Amino acid sequence: MDFSDYRTEDYYDELFQANGAPRSCSRLLIEKIESLPDGDLMQKQKAAEAMLLQMGITFNVYGSDEGAEKIFPFDVIPRVVAGDDWEKTEAGLKQRIRSLNAFIDDIYHGKKILKDKVIPEEIILSSKTYRKECEGLNPPKGIWCHVTGTDLVRDKDGQFYVLEDNLRCPSGVSYVLENRQVLKRTFPQVFAASNVRAVDEYPNRLFEMLEYLAPRSTEAPVVCVLTPGIYNSAYFEHSFLAQQMGVELVEGQDLVVFDGFVHMRTTKGFKKVDVLYRRIDDDFIDPKAFRPDSVLGIPGIMEVYKAGRIAMANAPGTGIADDKVIYAYVPKIIKYYSGEDPILPNVPTYICWNDKDRSYVLDNLDKLVVKAANESGGYGMLIGPHASQKEREEFAELIKKSPRNYMAQPTVMLSRAPTIVGGGFEGRHVDLRPYILYSDSIYVLPGGLTRVALKKGSLVVNSSQGGGSKDTWVIDSRSCA
Amino acid sequence: MLSRVANSGYWMCRYVERAENVARFLGVNLNLLLDMPSEAGRQWEPMIQVTGDHEEFQKRYGEYTQENVIQFLTFDRDYPNSIISCLYAARENARSIREIISSEMWEQLNTFYLDLKHSEQTSLAFRDPNKFLSIIKMRGHMFSGLMYSTMSHGEAWHFNRMGLLLERADKTSRILDVKYFMLLPRPEEVGAPFDNIQWAAVLKSASALEMYRKRFHRIAPKQVIEFLLFDEQFPRSIRHCLTKAEESMHWITGTPMGRFSTPAEKALGRLKADFDYTESDEVVAQGVHEFLDNLQTRLNKVDEAVNCTFFKLRPPQKEQTQSQ
Repeated sequence: MDFSDYRTEDYYDELFQANGAPRSCSRLLIEKIESLPDGDLMQKQKAAEAMLLQMGITFNVYGSDEGAEKIFPFDVIPRVVAGDDWEKTEAGLKQRIRSLNAFIDDIYHGKKILKDKVIPEEIILSSKTYRKECEGLNPPKGIWCHVTGTDLVRDKDGQFYVLEDNLRCPSGVSYVLENRQVLKRTFPQVFAASNVRAVDEYPNRLFEMLEYLAPRSTEAPVVCVLTPGIYNSAYFEHSFLAQQMGVELVEGQDLVVFDGFVHMRTTKGFKKVDVLYRRIDDDFIDPKAFRPDSVLGIPGIMEVYKAGRIAMANAPGTGIADDKVIYAYVPKIIKYYSGEDPILPNVPTYICWNDKDRSYVLDNLDKLVVKAANESGGYGMLIGPHASQKEREEFAELIKKSPRNYMAQPTVMLSRAPTIVGGGFEGRHVDLRPYILYSDSIYVLPGGLTRVALKKGSLVVNSSQGGGSKDTWVIDSRSCA
Repeated sequence: MLSRVANSGYWMCRYVERAENVARFLGVNLNLLLDMPSEAGRQWEPMIQVTGDHEEFQKRYGEYTQENVIQFLTFDRDYPNSIISCLYAARENARSIREIISSEMWEQLNTFYLDLKHSEQTSLAFRDPNKFLSIIKMRGHMFSGLMYSTMSHGEAWHFNRMGLLLERADKTSRILDVKYFMLLPRPEEVGAPFDNIQWAAVLKSASALEMYRKRFHRIAPKQVIEFLLFDEQFPRSIRHCLTKAEESMHWITGTPMGRFSTPAEKALGRLKADFDYTESDEVVAQGVHEFLDNLQTRLNKVDEAVNCTFFKLRPPQKEQTQSQ
């Protein structure tokens, strides 16, 4: 298979320049792929898929039975990010996360940013993810958003933009680690020759970050990963991370609060827990503090948390910075807390709560992407140019009914990357989700998860909507001159 | 370790062992058919009776034909003890502790289930049941072999092994019980070595025929009972299962053998002591079926005791009456 028929068309392509020549950092990879004997690449693709199925690296689609267990589709052609691009992105992410953390802390304490009228107070207080219960909370070391998975997209100009901040329970990092394992076996020589930055240290970094939060001064704090259970779509990841860190994977039913501490039920009696990497949303974490109907959570855990006897990552309440309407204010938030201009721009955003913006949105629904403030996974979303008249009308009604709950953005012409389709290569749209850990310093996993919309022309990369993934190679620019 | 994790490992192994043993029940009759083709069609009912689920079978299938019995015991998803249901449950348990077991174990169990699901369409189970069932048995062995050789023999492993052995003890008792339900010879066959052939089929299904012959040489009912119940060395004999299960339990609790600190140790220790001080003559005098029935009840009690000792922990109750 070669790339002679491959066309970048009118998009920014991750591996090729507009004139059809490979970008400098992907040249080695392209040459290798073209030099493979006929049929070899397809064989590699099939072998990779079989490996994933056998390893049981699958996810569940909500609301369906066992038959809907699927492997996350995987494309063996990696996406390459040049080191120069990456350095700037990394600096931008660090700047953004530091400011967002300061913002969350301010919102639950003095609310200075509201008093200074940088953000309208009403926007914050009306957010579904604002937790009144968290006012005055002091999480260990002053850190709220320990793990973030920021979604980035590249537009036609090749510039990275931030599309979403995911500060609650971002998932997908396990695929980054597994994809890399598979790719190392698929392209061993080119991998070794390309000087790709390693991702393997993530579990170590995560563990160190969690240990750093431990409230008790003990030599070996007890760290656990908290999962909603095997039917959660990201269960594989929860289990994988626990395994990689060598810590217990617990469910709500394993934990119980008494004598002012959180304990887990073990075969030898109860044992105190110090740190939880929780993968359950705020809403469900404590039926006594939040949703009383939650059966996943641990009754009373918030009291223990407030008393500083357990640490949680991420801290309850971080979701306030995840609201897609508040996202629109992040450039101002960065300026306010750091005094700097944002390194990574936002995608321009119209806030439907704002009268002027709303009438523009309603007049231009066929050109815009509309998103609900607190949905994820590609749900609650309208892609104007691809929607029918009827769908647009329905969304117009939704917007008019609860304007606070919606925002809109121009349709970004997401960059594409060559992907195996049928027996050849076709361009498919991709995004990028780097993972950021906030400990005594900030660590950004080099690269991150590249998600790819496998349907021709589709701009939705979510796994629940037919998306797949690719390995992401960050290659030092000096080594690919 | 976490109670839930111990519980999942225990049940994962019980289910795999259960699936393997369903194949063994079916094997009794298939072995018989190979040796006595005239028996074709006569002995399918005992396969169901021995499970204790004959009412459910009759309600849904009615007739005891080969197809019905194989369908029920192998692929019926509504029947919780069919091979496919057991493997599904084993795999879900394994999935919930995959960070505890070795990846080899998980991958083998995952493939085991996926292949069985796939084989539903190929109908190998009906075309060549012997081959099909031997694949199931070998895969069950592969799982326990992987567990033995790829997982550290620590607490989690001992919970797994305890589950496996308690299940095996129960299932060996049921394989032996199949003989009780078997039809008596037809008049023209009286005097033929028919009875012995049935006993040999039972031994074969427990993979015990050769090992039995090394000890007793020729088939005799009382000695088959002696072997499957009391043999010290044969790994599927009930006594062997109880001995090793008790070892695992004491490894977990740290209590010296011969003493107990939990209800689970007490229940299993008593059962094991009874086995140590019972002879096959007494079993025959009491009635084999009655003995096995009672054994199965006591094994259920051990399971309940394991459950409340290790898995169902309750937080300490505040002594409210005193403080008020």
